[in-house]
Amino acid sequence: MAAVEAPRDEQAFLEYVQAGGQVEVADWLPEDYRAKLIKFIEMHGNSELMGVLPEREWILRAPTLQRKLALTAKVQDEVGHAQLIYRVVEDLGKPRERCLADLISGKSKFHNVFHYPTKTWGDVGVIAWLVDAAAIISQKALLKCSYAPYARIMKKICWEESFHILHGRDVILTLVTGTPAQFELVQEALDRWWGPLMQFHGNPIPKDEDPMFRWRIKSQGNEEARQQFLEGYVPQIRELGLDVPDPKLRRRDDGVWEYTEPDWDELRHVVTGHGPMTEERLAFRRRFLEQEQWVRDAVLAA
Amino acid sequence: MGPGRGAGGVSEEHVFEVFRQERRGQPFEHAGSVVAPDAEFAEAWAREQYGRRGESVALWLVPRDAIHVVEHWADEFDLKYRRVDGYSIKVRLKEARERAAPRAG
Amino acid sequence: MNELLLGLADDELVIGWRDSEWTGIAPMLEEDVAFSSIAQNEIGHARAVYELLADDADALAFDRPLEEYRCAPLVELRLLDWAHTIARRWLYEEADRVRIAALKDDADPAVAGLAAKIDREEVYHRIHAEMWHERLRNEPRFRDAVADLWPYALGVLPPEQRAELALRVGLDEVEAIERGAHTDELAELWDEMTSVRRSAPSGAQW
Repeated sequence: MAAVEAPRDEQAFLEYVQAGGQVEVADWLPEDYRAKLIKFIEMHGNSELMGVLPEREWILRAPTLQRKLALTAKVQDEVGHAQLIYRVVEDLGKPRERCLADLISGKSKFHNVFHYPTKTWGDVGVIAWLVDAAAIISQKALLKCSYAPYARIMKKICWEESFHILHGRDVILTLVTGTPAQFELVQEALDRWWGPLMQFHGNPIPKDEDPMFRWRIKSQGNEEARQQFLEGYVPQIRELGLDVPDPKLRRRDDGVWEYTEPDWDELRHVVTGHGPMTEERLAFRRRFLEQEQWVRDAVLAA
Repeated sequence: MGPGRGAGGVSEEHVFEVFRQERRGQPFEHAGSVVAPDAEFAEAWAREQYGRRGESVALWLVPRDAIHVVEHWADEFDLKYRRVDGYSIKVRLKEARERAAPRAG
Repeated sequence: MNELLLGLADDELVIGWRDSEWTGIAPMLEEDVAFSSIAQNEIGHARAVYELLADDADALAFDRPLEEYRCAPLVELRLLDWAHTIARRWLYEEADRVRIAALKDDADPAVAGLAAKIDREEVYHRIHAEMWHERLRNEPRFRDAVADLWPYALGVLPPEQRAELALRVGLDEVEAIERGAHTDELAELWDEMTSVRRSAPSGAQW
């Protein structure tokens, strides 16, 4: 019995991945698959890297040594994820220098949530708990990615994200059981982050029309992910006495969550580089990238 | 083509593949790769990327171009005797038991 | 309170704080991860020393007025360029090696034991610093940075330990920038470092 080889024509390839088949870097990949794969994975890497910036300010302001360590470790993980992810993209043929150049020039994208400002310690908790929860749902759906090198790194990424959620939940629980002002920090942050959170998983394009699902890069549609998030986290939010700022949010008898339609225009506007913090954060990245080019030249020169 | 080798991309001589051992006695498993100018930098970096939570007791760092990949085998003549599926144990055992039953009974 | 130990703890706290500023913006991703571990280790050392000195490490770390901190000017400097940052890392680890070695012989077994633990972890910091020093020793930016920071590095140690440091790094001893007066940079750092903590009444949980 010959080993199953990845097919070499697009239709057979499609059937192969839809049946659960996986491919490696040296296998033949349809052009469309390869292009969409690189774009998707690159956006993930960009997001991990840009996600660092809103959080690192709070490392410097962490109110206890334990929180400082935990938050530094969390952000360190995000950078580590970026490294894992960009390595996958590099092996597909796009060097990370080009990825970073495209990120900074605005040519490539990163997730909506990282375009928004953080304002208080309440944001630190909400991001680590809820934004990471939304991300983990997407990331678990990538564990079975048809592109095996990416699926493999997702295992380490998901494992590390589980620590982040614990940390986030601990920060939130401490605040909601603290002073009224501390409770208010969480509610106020939640009020600001709810909109971007609801947009995070993307607009509800039907699974079969979503190329990411068709190619089995993702194993889950956008709406499925959002429903999973609501099912898992709305009860957790409410049991702490917090209000979810959507009057239309309710769970139907059939288990489906109804909610106010997210602002898809805002999502499009933000991810195309017009978020409140986009320019400032990209400029910050550009500053350090340019400033330290000499280090990379000195170190990686043959 | 090595564990991660693709067409073009980063300068290949700087890629170190990382194999990690989770606990003593376990096999070393491929965990990823780091881009580093030499083994010293690769070690400093791989230690933290693959061990900062104490998740590895040992690492092997191997320059990518030191890896010799083997990916194809000929299997033209269906040599089933070499595999488990080449033996119909169940069928023969049933037959043997049926034959032995009157004697055992 | 033991001034020497408090100085050590404050140095580790502040350099850990400074080094953690590089999380996310280091020159290469692999280094970013490794460097962040070093910063976390420094904070961990600070915490362990504070715990020797007081019941509440956080209170000691964050709740003193500025003038009660005992850190050396070297760690207070805001150095957001890699040449200076890595030069400081290298000089600081060499200085730390000297003073930790002395503390390993301390009469107090708790101090000696902690110094030994710190030393074992700093083996990796030294390897990392030496690795960068080797790679950058001929870069003018790095050499200039070392020259800039050398007087500050000497000030990390008490006068009797400075000759050994000079021998280790291969530089001539010069007039040190001593502990005592704090820089404006520390004031800024302290302000940011304690901003969230000060926003709630003392004793609040975080």
